[in-house]
Amino acid sequence: MSESVPSLADEVVLELAGVSRRFGTNVANDKVDLVVRKGSVHAVVGENGAGKSTLMKIAYGQIRADEGSIRIKGRQMPIAKHNPMKAIELGVGMVHQHFMLVPPLSVAENVVLGREPLKGLVLDLDKAAGELQALSEKYGLHVDPTAIVETLSVGEQQRVEIIKVLWQGCDILILDEPTAVLTPLEVDQLFDVLRGLVAEGVAVVMITHKLDEVVALADDITVMRRGKVVDTLEGQGASVESIAQAMVGRSVLLQVAKAPANPGEDVLVVKALSALGQSGLPALRDVSVTVRAGEIVGVAGVEGNGQSELQECIVGLRKPTSGTVAVNGQDWSGMHVAERYRSGLAHVPEDRHARAIVLDFSIADNLILGRHREFSKGPLIDREARAKEAEARIADVDIRPADASVHAGTMSGGNQQKIVIARELNRPANAILVCAQPTRGVDIGAIELIHKQVIAARDAGLAVLLFSAELAELQSLSDKLIVLYGGEVALRMDAEELAKEGARAKIGAAMTGASASQESA
Amino acid sequence: MTKRGNELFLQVYGVAVALLVAMAAGSVLILIFGQSPANVYGVLLSKTWGNAHGIGQTLFKSTPLIFTGLSVALAFRAGLFNIGCEGQLLVGSFACALVGSALPMSTPALLAVPLAIAVAGLAGGALGAIPGALRAYTGSHEVINTIMLNFIASAAVLWAGNRFFFVEETTHTAEIVSTAELPSLGISGSALNGSFFLAFACAGLFWVLMDRSRRGFELRAVGLSPLAAENAGIDVRRSIVVAMTLSGAIAGIVGANFVLGYKHYFEEGLGRGMGFMGIAVALLGRNNPIGIIFAALLFGTLSNGGLEVNAFVPKELIEVLQAVIILAVAITSATTQRALAKGGAS
Repeated sequence: MSESVPSLADEVVLELAGVSRRFGTNVANDKVDLVVRKGSVHAVVGENGAGKSTLMKIAYGQIRADEGSIRIKGRQMPIAKHNPMKAIELGVGMVHQHFMLVPPLSVAENVVLGREPLKGLVLDLDKAAGELQALSEKYGLHVDPTAIVETLSVGEQQRVEIIKVLWQGCDILILDEPTAVLTPLEVDQLFDVLRGLVAEGVAVVMITHKLDEVVALADDITVMRRGKVVDTLEGQGASVESIAQAMVGRSVLLQVAKAPANPGEDVLVVKALSALGQSGLPALRDVSVTVRAGEIVGVAGVEGNGQSELQECIVGLRKPTSGTVAVNGQDWSGMHVAERYRSGLAHVPEDRHARAIVLDFSIADNLILGRHREFSKGPLIDREARAKEAEARIADVDIRPADASVHAGTMSGGNQQKIVIARELNRPANAILVCAQPTRGVDIGAIELIHKQVIAARDAGLAVLLFSAELAELQSLSDKLIVLYGGEVALRMDAEELAKEGARAKIGAAMTGASASQESA
Repeated sequence: MTKRGNELFLQVYGVAVALLVAMAAGSVLILIFGQSPANVYGVLLSKTWGNAHGIGQTLFKSTPLIFTGLSVALAFRAGLFNIGCEGQLLVGSFACALVGSALPMSTPALLAVPLAIAVAGLAGGALGAIPGALRAYTGSHEVINTIMLNFIASAAVLWAGNRFFFVEETTHTAEIVSTAELPSLGISGSALNGSFFLAFACAGLFWVLMDRSRRGFELRAVGLSPLAAENAGIDVRRSIVVAMTLSGAIAGIVGANFVLGYKHYFEEGLGRGMGFMGIAVALLGRNNPIGIIFAALLFGTLSNGGLEVNAFVPKELIEVLQAVIILAVAITSATTQRALAKGGAS
């Protein structure tokens, strides 16, 4: 789909062709092409896990490609020998999402770290400071070379990272989610800086999933999805809607056999919930959602818009700053995680490896993890009951290998997820299911089984709150849908609206905060 | 071979290689001292395992190492590194001796012995609970805190002893009542006593706790993946405190060996180094109770044998040998883990 490489007359400074990279069975990049022109901003957009970061790290030499070719300023880089030192030598610099600065050192010290200028045997910091001052003025970076890094704001630290890359002589700048940590004002300042750089002939490659930024800044846009480039657009004339469309894809709805919902009473009632995120900033603002027995409510949204915090507040892993979570009329606010499970919670966490299973535990132990009280005799684990449970669940959802003593860490993502689904859906008191990214990193066969299980849970009367980055999945499973944007509910849709033509575009737009106002009708 | 058998084989193989490497290195050192390695190793073996007295002394030297090895291993399996055994065994022994000497002469043995052991465990456990609670509720690292508490414990015990409890002009406390004594096993005048069986009982309890009980299941989950444990509704903080308390308690019971079974009083310097050696024992024993017993026997053999071969080579050579074993185990441990990981993935 890259037939329309814009303005071929312009000088191409970075060119990736047919780049692929696998991690185990997961294909992070699948024959990806990328063409970056001198003096332009090239935005790489896509959902989390689409392969953007991997691609950038390949260009920077931090991750080795399995196949494909890398050309930097016309020079072919052998993929096996590419590394960050060479990248910098050829002028490719990268600013990571998490800054790589030494907080107690000054800006100048940080910048020269690893390539200290010497006068005889003595560090010549003054020379470097002078050069930094000049660079800072040239590009309007407003960085004081003598300032101590830990006293600087996040935005200033980012500019230190940028000036470091420039000082190293780079004129191809890769920025990984540069605005993720910035305040709106800092974003504006960053964009001014980037425009200045581009005017001087620097090429900027920027990873982001904030589409308004892309529209504001990009000359070229590459859209990635599931490791592949699905579209390349010209910045000029691109709209948030058109990019969103490309990002969420036009794939047909997954075919899931599903009877119409037969909802009962309100079961899960989340009222005016607000919470802080990991960084201590508000991540969830005044979110209310009700799930009835026997229905699936989908939660859509670009990752990082409050979904994780909403899950954690319901499960009890995070304390809300205000608002309540109630299940079957019982307020869950003061309850521990374990009590919530006993009172009817089932939970499929979004981060399977970190939260859902213990990789070094056997299948049998993972199947009773969190339910180990049920499988106890006095203070001891009831090994017979555990063995029986393992045998039953392995047969139920066809866990492979069908050997209860195998460590979960050696299994495929799909089979690991089957363990989690089987464990959670067989809790004795089940009333609600908080199900996040149930099919992430899961093979096609297991996806179908997991979808069936979720629908079966709904039909058995559970109130299901389903979080997914896959819009197709949400559309085919959900009976209702909400979209979270910036920690708030940006859109609510019922079954009828979901089935309508153009529902996907509407959701896509709401996910990017593009048209919150026009959708309020 | 079954998967389990295969794992066991790799583990044992790794340790065997480590021992061979250590022996080879030791041979070089012995040659430097102009002695025959065969002769020195021969004497070492015959003096430790060749007669009743030797066996008794070797088992006596191994006993505290079983306790401290179990102590370190318990914390390890809950994802914690207890370097505080040294201090925990000190306060355990001290408290044990104080209670033992304060009991009335008429206390029946059936009461006096368990009471003295319980107090030793409680004192060690209390000292372990402090870094546990600090880790759980403030996040400050248990490695630093246990090391610091070692200094505090040793200074506090010495001060309290000198000020209040030591017998005039000595650095030891009064004798415990005779009914609190653990009987000597009477092996040819060796110091081996009833606490040897206590150590085995501890190893058995350790196994039941970690491999069979619900609490052990939770501790292991916390050790392997605190986030998954938290999500499963396990109280991670409490588990950390529990693990450090139990670990400290096992170390505290070392006091039973020296105080109740051997000296019958607390003496300054008693058990010194046993806590640190416990780390090596846990490492060599792969945090497994049976492995720990064997590792403790090995290090007990070396520490007893070191005295016996002193006539031929400096006894420091044995200390070097111990250190080489630990290094070799640490290295083979890493390679064994890699082999296991590879075997698992295929």
